[in-house]
Formats: sequence, C-alpha cells, structure tokens
Amino acid sequence: MTEKDEDVVLEMLGITKEFPGVKALQDVNLRVRRGEIHAICGENGAGKSTLMKVLSGVYPHGSYDGEIVFDGEPVAFRGIRDSEDRGIVIIHQELALIPQISIAENIFLGNEKAGAGVLDWNRTHRAAADLLSRVGLAENPEITPSEIGVGKQQLVEIAKALSKKVDVLILDEPTAALNDDDSEHLLGLLREFRDQGMTCIIISHKLGEITSVADRVTVIRDGQTIETLDLHGAEPVTEDRIIRGMVGRSLEHRFPARKATIGDEVLRIEDWTVHHPVDTDRVIVDSANLDVRAGEVVGLAGLMGAGRTELAMSLFGRSWGTGISGRVYKNGEEIRIRTVSDAIRHGLAYTTEDRKSLGLNLIQTIRENISSSALGKLMDWMGVIRGEREAAVAERYRRDFGIKAPTVESVVGQLSGGNQQKVVLSKWVFSDPDVLILDEPTRGIDVGAKYEIYTLVNQLAEAGKAVIVISSELPELIGVCDRIYAMSQGRITGEVPRERATQEELMRYMTMEKTR
Amino acid sequence: MNEITEYLGRNARQYGIVIALLAIVALFQVLTGGRLLDPSNVVSLIQQNAYVMILAIGMVMVIVAGHIDLSVGSVVAFIGGAAAIMMADWGWSWPVAVALALVLGLLVGCWQGFWVAYVGIPAFIVTLAGMLIFRGLAIVLVSETRAGLPDAFNAIAGGELPSWLGFLGNLDGVTLLIGVIGMAAFVLSQWRARRGLIKHDLAVEPMGIFLVKNVVVVGLIGVVAYWLALRATPIVLLIVGGLIMIFTFVLNRTVFGRHIYAVGGNRHAAQLSGVRTRVTDFMIFVNMGLLAAVAAVVTTARAGAGLAAAGQLYELDAIAACFIGGSAVRGGVGKISGAMIGALIMGVLNMGLSILAVDSAWQQTIKGLVLLLAVALDVVSKRRRAYA
Repeated sequence: MTEKDEDVVLEMLGITKEFPGVKALQDVNLRVRRGEIHAICGENGAGKSTLMKVLSGVYPHGSYDGEIVFDGEPVAFRGIRDSEDRGIVIIHQELALIPQISIAENIFLGNEKAGAGVLDWNRTHRAAADLLSRVGLAENPEITPSEIGVGKQQLVEIAKALSKKVDVLILDEPTAALNDDDSEHLLGLLREFRDQGMTCIIISHKLGEITSVADRVTVIRDGQTIETLDLHGAEPVTEDRIIRGMVGRSLEHRFPARKATIGDEVLRIEDWTVHHPVDTDRVIVDSANLDVRAGEVVGLAGLMGAGRTELAMSLFGRSWGTGISGRVYKNGEEIRIRTVSDAIRHGLAYTTEDRKSLGLNLIQTIRENISSSALGKLMDWMGVIRGEREAAVAERYRRDFGIKAPTVESVVGQLSGGNQQKVVLSKWVFSDPDVLILDEPTRGIDVGAKYEIYTLVNQLAEAGKAVIVISSELPELIGVCDRIYAMSQGRITGEVPRERATQEELMRYMTMEKTR
Repeated sequence: MNEITEYLGRNARQYGIVIALLAIVALFQVLTGGRLLDPSNVVSLIQQNAYVMILAIGMVMVIVAGHIDLSVGSVVAFIGGAAAIMMADWGWSWPVAVALALVLGLLVGCWQGFWVAYVGIPAFIVTLAGMLIFRGLAIVLVSETRAGLPDAFNAIAGGELPSWLGFLGNLDGVTLLIGVIGMAAFVLSQWRARRGLIKHDLAVEPMGIFLVKNVVVVGLIGVVAYWLALRATPIVLLIVGGLIMIFTFVLNRTVFGRHIYAVGGNRHAAQLSGVRTRVTDFMIFVNMGLLAAVAAVVTTARAGAGLAAAGQLYELDAIAACFIGGSAVRGGVGKISGAMIGALIMGVLNMGLSILAVDSAWQQTIKGLVLLLAVALDVVSKRRRAYA
C-alpha cells in the first residue's frame, strides 16, 4: 500500500521507553489513518498508557527513543502543550476535573476566554454551552462537576478536549467507570466525530466495545507491538482473535515447581456485595462467593475495575466501600469483621496493590515496618517493646526472605520494589495469619524478584496457610495458583482449576459482560 | 575509617544539629567575653527555657503524628491562672493546686483530642480555636493578677536543691553526685543496648564512634555538672530531665509511641495494619494537655503569680524548637532529643543576644532567620540525598 491510499495522520516508529530497571516499551510501531477509530489493546501493564503518554508529550522528547511523525513531519513534543498545539489531545483514565469550580471553568481551564487577563464570563458560558450540546449533554455550564454523575463528567472531559483544536483525540479507558447507557452514548459520540473527520485513538479493556466501534486495532503485549488487525478486512476479527494476540506468550521456567497438599476449608465468603463509597448506588462487588483451603493458593483474575481489590479490602475490616453485605466463614464458623483489628485477630492478612501509599511507612526502617502489624507480640508484661527482640525478628526475616539491604535499620523508601514487597510480606507473615490475601504481589518488580516472591508464596502454602493472589498477569496466576476465580464487573464469572487454566479461557470469563 | 565516615554520613542530621548548638555556644562565649557560660547564667538558661523544653516534648509527638498545636500558650495561661487562684484566693495547699492543674490539663487535652480524633477537624483549626478559647477563659478567670503564692510553690521554678552533702572544695556535693549518676546511667544504657544488639548478631555503630560518643556526652555532663556545682542543682532541671527520659522511653519503646510514628509516616498504611488511629490521635492531645499543665505550673512558679497574659507565643517557641530539632513538617519524623537541642539553641541565642544587649526586635529577627535556615538546610540536604 502506498502513502496515497493509506492517508496516515500519525506514525510512531521504533518507540522504546525505559524506566529505571524496567523496559516499558520496546521498539513499538503504531500507524494511525486519518479519520479512523483506532483501538489499542493489551493486558494491564502491557504499555498502552505509556505509549499514549509518549505520544502526548507527558514523557518529553528525549526521554524515549524512536520517532513520531505527525501529518508527514517529525515532531518533538516537550510537553503536553506542544502536542495540544498540534491538535493531539489526550483524555486520561482518571478524570481530571476540579470538582469545586463550574463546568464552564473546567472546560476552559488553562485556556481561559479572557481579554488582557480578565475573564469574559459571557463568552465563557456561551462557548461552554455550545460544546456541551456537541457532546449531547444538557446541563447548565455554571454548575460544578460534583453535581453530575461520572458518565456526564466523562462527557465534560470530552467537551474540554473539543474546546481545543483537535485532530487526534486519545481516550484512555473512557468507559471504565461508566454504566452501559453512558458507555453507549460515548461510543456513539466517537462514531459521530469520526464521520466529521476526526481521528480517535481509544484504549479499552472492553473487547465488545472495540469490535463494535473501532476500524482497526493494534495489540500490544509486554511493551511490544504484536499486530494490527483491520476490523473491516476480509477475515472477521472476533474477541477471541484479539485475546489470542493479547496473551500469546509462552510460559518458560518463570515459576517454581509447586506440590500442593490441600487441607480443609479455611475461609468462605458467601453473597458478598459491596457498594461504591461515594456513588452509593453503584454495585462494585456483586454477590461474590469464594472459598480457600489450607495449603491452597487461589487466584483472583480480572481486568481493571473488575472489583478484585474492592472485594479484598471490604473483606479486610471494611477498609473500602459502603453497604457491605454477605457472610464470612472461618473454619466453618461464621465470623464478623468490622475493623482491621478484627480481621487481624481472625487471622487475615492483606497486602495492598499500592505498596507505597497503602502498604508501607516509607520513611521508617525495615525493622519498624515489619513489626508494625503485630507489635503486641513484642511487648513484655508492662507493655514495653523489647527492642532487641524486635531487631532480632526483623533480622530473621531479612535473612529468610532475602531482603537485600545492609541492615534492618535501612529506610524502606530506599529499597527496590522487590525488596519493599518482601518487607510487606514479612510484616504480614509476622502477624501469623491463616489467610493471606496478596494484591498484585509482583507489580512493578523485576523478573528475578518475582521468582523469589513466588517461592515465598509456595513456602507459605506449604506451611498450611491459605493464600489468595490477586493479579492482572494471567501467566502468573496460572503459574502459582491451584485454582483461579475470574471476576468481571463485580461478579465472579468463572472458577477454573489449575489443570484447565489457560489464558484464553480466563480472558473469556474476565471480559464477560453483564447480560442486558 | 571508611566505616566511620559512612556511618556519620547516614546520621549527618543528628550530629549536625549538635555541632550547630556547640558552635553557637562557642560563638557567644567568645562574643560575650566568657560571660555566657557563667554559672549563674547557666542556671538561668535552664530556668528560663524549662517551659519551652516541656512543651516541645509534647509538641514533638503532636508534630510527628502530622498535627500541630497552636493553643499551648493560652492553655498555660488558663491553667496557671486556675492554679494561682486555688492557692491565692482559696488558700489551698500547693500540692493540691498542682495536682488539680495537671487534671485540668488532661481535660483540656480530652477536649481538643475529641475534636481532632473523633470529629475529624484538622488540628490547626481545633487548636487555633483553642488558642482563642483558653486565652479568653484565662482573661475571664484572672481578671487581676494573683501574686503572693507560697514560697514552696515558687521554688519549683526558681529553687535549687539544698546542699545535703556539703561541699567538695567550692563544689556542691549533691550536684556532683547527680552528675556522676547521669554519666553512669548514660554509659550503662548505651553499653547495654550495644551488647543486646551484638548478642542478636545485629549491626552496631563502629566502636570508634561509640567511644567518642560516650566520651563527648560524659564530658558535656561533666562540664554542666561542674558549672552547676559552683551553685546548686535547679529543681526544674530535675523535672525537665525526668520528663525527657520518660517520654523518650514512651516514644521509642512503647506501642503508643510506635503508633505515633506509624500514623505520622503513613496514616492509611497504619490503619490497614490495625492501628487504631483515632485513639492514637486522641491520646496525643491528652498528653499534650498534661505537659501544657506542667509548663503552666513551672511558668506560674517562675513568675510567682498568675497572669492572664502568661504564655504569650509559647506555642511558637515550642514549634520552632521541634522544627530546628529535625521534626518533619509532614509528620512521621522527629525526636525528643532533637527538639531539646532545638530549644537549647533558641535559649542560647536569647541569652547570648541579651548579654550583648541586642535590641529585642533584632533578637526576634535573628531567631526567625535561624529557624528558616535550619529547616531550609534540612529540606535541601534531603533533596540532594533523593537525587543521589
């Protein structure tokens, strides 16, 4: 095909982006035609968002290798303003509206309708109203975003994007937080824009959406471009076909051998339902049932927003959500867990997916972090902490878990991700739980450290603990778990034993949409 | 040697501030022609700054937990006034008045802790309100100054221990004994801690550093004891010393103390580790109230009277001492020893500048600059380490 038949508006060539210790993108190529809806698919962490950040200048020119060609000429964006000047506008996954100021002000934030620094309110409101009608939102531009729902807020984000000169609109997971009707409306809007000649790039996990709205789809896996599929081509592109591209990698010797000796049931959850803490009508976890046995490693698979973390945190002393209902059984007896202390007393431990902001005290030492969930075990009869015993315990974990640090007095914030994760594990193993829930235990850590974490998980199971692993990496779940539950949109949609677990099978359950 | 420099590098902040204090002392010793460390000046340095040190002990805990307390100056006036009225108007004995003052302090702490911990109002607002409320109550209560308090009460701040043991040459025996006990206690506790670490096969500081540290501290205690022995030990020094020891222990060795650091370092992580953060917050303010009451007793005794205007700006002295002493503005970091040295730096500046007859307006300006510089150094050195 020559340049003429294929009217390419944007081309990214050989993009490589490295973070300390991690190669996020490796020689990625992307070619987008003018006036198409181009979808980008891949697992969590495949590099989709990084690629879009490179494109929009969030990662400035020079911080990556490769070339971006826009409208036939190479470009070097130093910041988001540069890319916006050329007509490339990105709407990020997290909404970026300021809830306390009006919709109109949000739309023109940083781009105010003003003469000599003085705001022209009439022009602002007029222009805002025009933009809102373009996205089909009948709201007064003078109210604040906090007064409208998430779906409408997403439309305000689009209106904000349209207030700039847009040739290429990038949407990162635009429907992740929306209900079906709002999603449908948003996708319809994208089709309209395409028909008006705008180019859209959409990142989405919802394959049903992609097959219905996109013209072409590029699949990214492990930071590399795998393929670009034409949805209007001779060969029909099904969801299964996309999944194959997303997961098609081999499982080498990345996991330690596992011999499971599975005992009695330790924990069972029945009919567990959780609502969103702010938007209290939204069901985040929908009548979930699951159980885990002694010595068993159970996986919880799901895409972003499936409700896995919310399930775990709501179980762990109601640390997330409202309107929580359902029953929990420990060793066959029903228990009630109202606070984190209750959860710890009942032998539960939960390591968060966000180590840095929820799991550790980064400014304290390894010793202080490890002892923090079970200081009671180190007290003498007068309530005084026995310092040498505490240090000795920390030292034991440093050796046993292979935490690479000169002493247990090293500050945790200075350790690598893998070592921080080992500190988190030490902290919770020290509290001597019966059930460990590990949320994304290997996120952001290198392959070698992952192997060590898997080995620790194996050892814990061999010691008779029940382990639940939440992970977005399917090979990891298949490699370490005896049984895997899949979640989608708050519901547990499937349960697969290790022998039958394949990535394709799991991905099918994980993308199962609610029947309307 | 390499090991020693590396150790010093890691603990630069702690040693830096001690060196800064010594440098300031040396500077003023030279500028005042040796008058700064005159025995009577050393005694009054301690007596004048006892209130800052007492308040700073509580304030460190408040700041480490990520809060602030702006009300302590007003609380000092309110409780001090109440204690003075009990003694001057009602003729109650001074031990009763002191005990009730401490109870009153606990109640004030409960009041502020309730709003911060259980209602969830930022401590800045709660204690700003407290600053107004308790100043107002102090003025209502102490409409006119109550003087003529019992001598025994006034001795809490201005008195010295009697010379039970007679004199060794011209040196007071009791003071020398306290000095020797202090030295022995320090060396013994350091040695025991070190032995415990070695027994468990844990890393210890290099032997050289350990020896130098012990020699320096013993030397300092010796010098201070010598100066004081030329007169006698101020009673308030025993109070401050006792509080420092008790609260250093509470912060380092009790669950409550460790929870303060956990809450200040990462409140959410602490919650998810089963720390009852509200209880911790509440107790921190109750404790601050108690220490404010101790400071009120000392302040009232020093003035020999209950004044509505007592304790003006004490909160700022205490907060400044904490920050000069290395407490982090965002919480999670801070030590009592640091805050005490911060208080001494401010105290030495005050005294040195007064001896030099520097105008009080300039004194304030200089103290402000010192506070700014100390924290700026901290921030800049941290940033450099983050990039290293």
